[in-house]
Amino acid sequence: MSTSLKLKELSRKEELLTGGHRMCAGCGAPIIVRQILLASDRPLIASNATGCLEVSTTIFPYTSWKIPWIHSAFENAAATISGVESMYRSLKKQGKLDKDLKFIAFGGDGGTYDIGLQSLSGAMERGHDIVYVCYDNGAYMNTGIQRSSATPKGADTTTSPAGTVKQGKQQPRKNMTKIMAAHNIPYAAQASPSNWRDLMTKARKAIEVDGPAFLNVISPCNRGWRTPTNVTIELCKTAIETCFWPLYEYEDGKLTVNYKPKEIKPVTEFLKTQGRFKHLFNPGNEGLLKQIQDDIDRDWELLLKQEACDKSN
Amino acid sequence: MKLKNWKELAIGSVVPEAGNADSYNTGSWRTFRPAIIEENCIQCLFCWIYCPDSSIIVEEEKMVGFDYEHCKGCGICADVCPGKKGKKAIEMAEEGK
Amino acid sequence: MGKLLAVTGNQAMAEAMRQINPDVCAAYPITPSTEVMQRFSSFVADGAVDTELVTVESEHSAMSACIGAAAAGGRVMTATSSQGLALMWEMLHIASGNRIPIVLTLVNRALSAPLNIHGDHSDSMGARDCGWIQIYSENGQEAYDNLIQAVRIAEHEDVRLPAMVCMDGFIISHSIESMEYLDDQVVRDFIGSFTPTYPLLDNDNPVTYGPLVLPDYFIEFKKAQHEATMAARDVTLEVAKDFAKISGRSYGLFEDYKLDDADIALVILNSAAGTAKDVVDEFRNKGIKAGILKPRLFRPFPYEEVGDALKNTKAVAVLDRSDSYGGFGPGYMEIASALMINSSRPILINKIYGLGGRDFFPEHAGAVLNELKEIAATGNVKTFKEYIGYRD
Repeated sequence: MSTSLKLKELSRKEELLTGGHRMCAGCGAPIIVRQILLASDRPLIASNATGCLEVSTTIFPYTSWKIPWIHSAFENAAATISGVESMYRSLKKQGKLDKDLKFIAFGGDGGTYDIGLQSLSGAMERGHDIVYVCYDNGAYMNTGIQRSSATPKGADTTTSPAGTVKQGKQQPRKNMTKIMAAHNIPYAAQASPSNWRDLMTKARKAIEVDGPAFLNVISPCNRGWRTPTNVTIELCKTAIETCFWPLYEYEDGKLTVNYKPKEIKPVTEFLKTQGRFKHLFNPGNEGLLKQIQDDIDRDWELLLKQEACDKSN
Repeated sequence: MKLKNWKELAIGSVVPEAGNADSYNTGSWRTFRPAIIEENCIQCLFCWIYCPDSSIIVEEEKMVGFDYEHCKGCGICADVCPGKKGKKAIEMAEEGK
Repeated sequence: MGKLLAVTGNQAMAEAMRQINPDVCAAYPITPSTEVMQRFSSFVADGAVDTELVTVESEHSAMSACIGAAAAGGRVMTATSSQGLALMWEMLHIASGNRIPIVLTLVNRALSAPLNIHGDHSDSMGARDCGWIQIYSENGQEAYDNLIQAVRIAEHEDVRLPAMVCMDGFIISHSIESMEYLDDQVVRDFIGSFTPTYPLLDNDNPVTYGPLVLPDYFIEFKKAQHEATMAARDVTLEVAKDFAKISGRSYGLFEDYKLDDADIALVILNSAAGTAKDVVDEFRNKGIKAGILKPRLFRPFPYEEVGDALKNTKAVAVLDRSDSYGGFGPGYMEIASALMINSSRPILINKIYGLGGRDFFPEHAGAVLNELKEIAATGNVKTFKEYIGYRD
């Protein structure tokens, strides 16, 4: 019954996120949402954490959403959708509802890695049949580019500015995808809108699986990353080719790395495209660049080792 | 749009008209305007799947143009366009020129 | 009629919830309300209710899940106390602003710090501006009756607002008293079925909940919310009238005890009103015209009716079991506002008592009544606001 993941066929489906939203030109988030909504063959009900996506798609009296949608606060998209899903199960159990619905939550990295982590962890542990999607742009972009625990090491943000003593954010990113996988949920994956077929396949798996699923999706922000508006997809591709953002998935705990670059590019290829990392190329910051590269190398090797280990078991 | 009074609004700030942002114009944001060069288009639909503003018009599986009511002119479509023999099927030109 | 039993306040609330049989409950344990959800969990485990129980990881998530569940389209309840209500604070406003009729049992407990688990009203009084309907209960019977009525009030189409029913932690929640439960079917017929306004689960008619509302529309929604809150006043009376028919127990906006011809009066909430009534009886026996006004509906506050009820008294003391530090107690502020409606009004003083579960004894009430007697006779007030029942 499912639509095959071919663009021509998908183009016949109804667009569930309309134009006329107020996201910045070239924003990654609506591309991600469109791809996920198009991927689903099931009717979806969504919740949304406070943030760029939420604010810009629902400025009263307008809404871009053609599916039922709820926003209540910043830190609770997971708890809110868990309530919606619980009502669904209750009404179905009582014979008061005869529908087959699926539930999805969207949040930015601030609403996911930071303020919403507890609510998300709770909802995942409780085993609701929900998909949580993080569109990760690596900072609090809605409030004007403040560092979050998803901000990459060295990035210049308004609360981790590159100064004379400190060179942007001091700490490496939190590994959110692994944290979610550690909840032993049936499905957790990392994806990118540039690899639309990979993202849509993952979205479909996440939606179809019975139980909680998590998708972490890279989402370039040209305001925060300080890039032109047209390179959103290119940035994603470079992030993948440098292993800054590997594509992988955990299915019932087993790891698969979905894409392995033939020749891994140095991370500087990714960093040099963005204004937020410009200071890292100043003389004296060679050590910091090396640290960033070392972190990525170590994480990539760990990923490959874990994949090999899971395959042999 | 005429602003409604408090008695005319749906309860609790619910928006009952799904997808009504479609009637909101964001095309005025544009500084650069995409244009199609049909002979270079291979109908890969990359422009469509990568558009943040649902502004690529596809009819019968074919890209037929742009929704200038909503297109903000980000230029992603032109950037991702593989074109034909190295020639892009989408080009960006400054508005009003 | 129902059956007579000896039960605790918490047991009564759990029983009311079983009879109401909500579609979803999301809750988190906190003393002294824990027992309500604990007992209710057994009803879920034994299939005595149809409820989906969401055992969340915090009260913030409890209220968030309640909001999601209620917006999805069904009946939703929860229970909490003190810090739990404080952690919900952000979401309390969102529930009321989104006009979502959740019903909450609040077992009143002091807010930290210092940490304390006993009953005072700092939790609910701190939440009085959150847009929830607030109903206070003197004892387990009232709490049980109020919870059942709250469902009707919150869900009424003119209201559609969340409601909390308050009773005192430990003093009522953990004390056994004799009370009457209604029959299950009587309760179910009384509350009826719930028809949600914009159910999210109706995906054939997709709606957006919680948009960004800018200055062009914000105040219109707040005006609508204000009107709905004010409508709860008449709805409360209407529901009470129906409730009297099934229970024989009548409720109003407040309880007036020997107030008709009173020269002096105490205004006092919840369990301490019971103690105060005994003392008023003693004063009446001595020929002193004393009375009590015990607020029931605190939000919306029935200013006119309260103002009228007190206008012929000479001196009134509002006893608050919580404080607005640097200001008068929350109850005092409301009574003062209510008295402004009439040109004849009593002298009004404020006593702060019983914080953190400190006992309220008859002698406390007696001392305040004696002071009021003095004020009524002389017109002299020593101090308008004062703490009582503490070591000096």
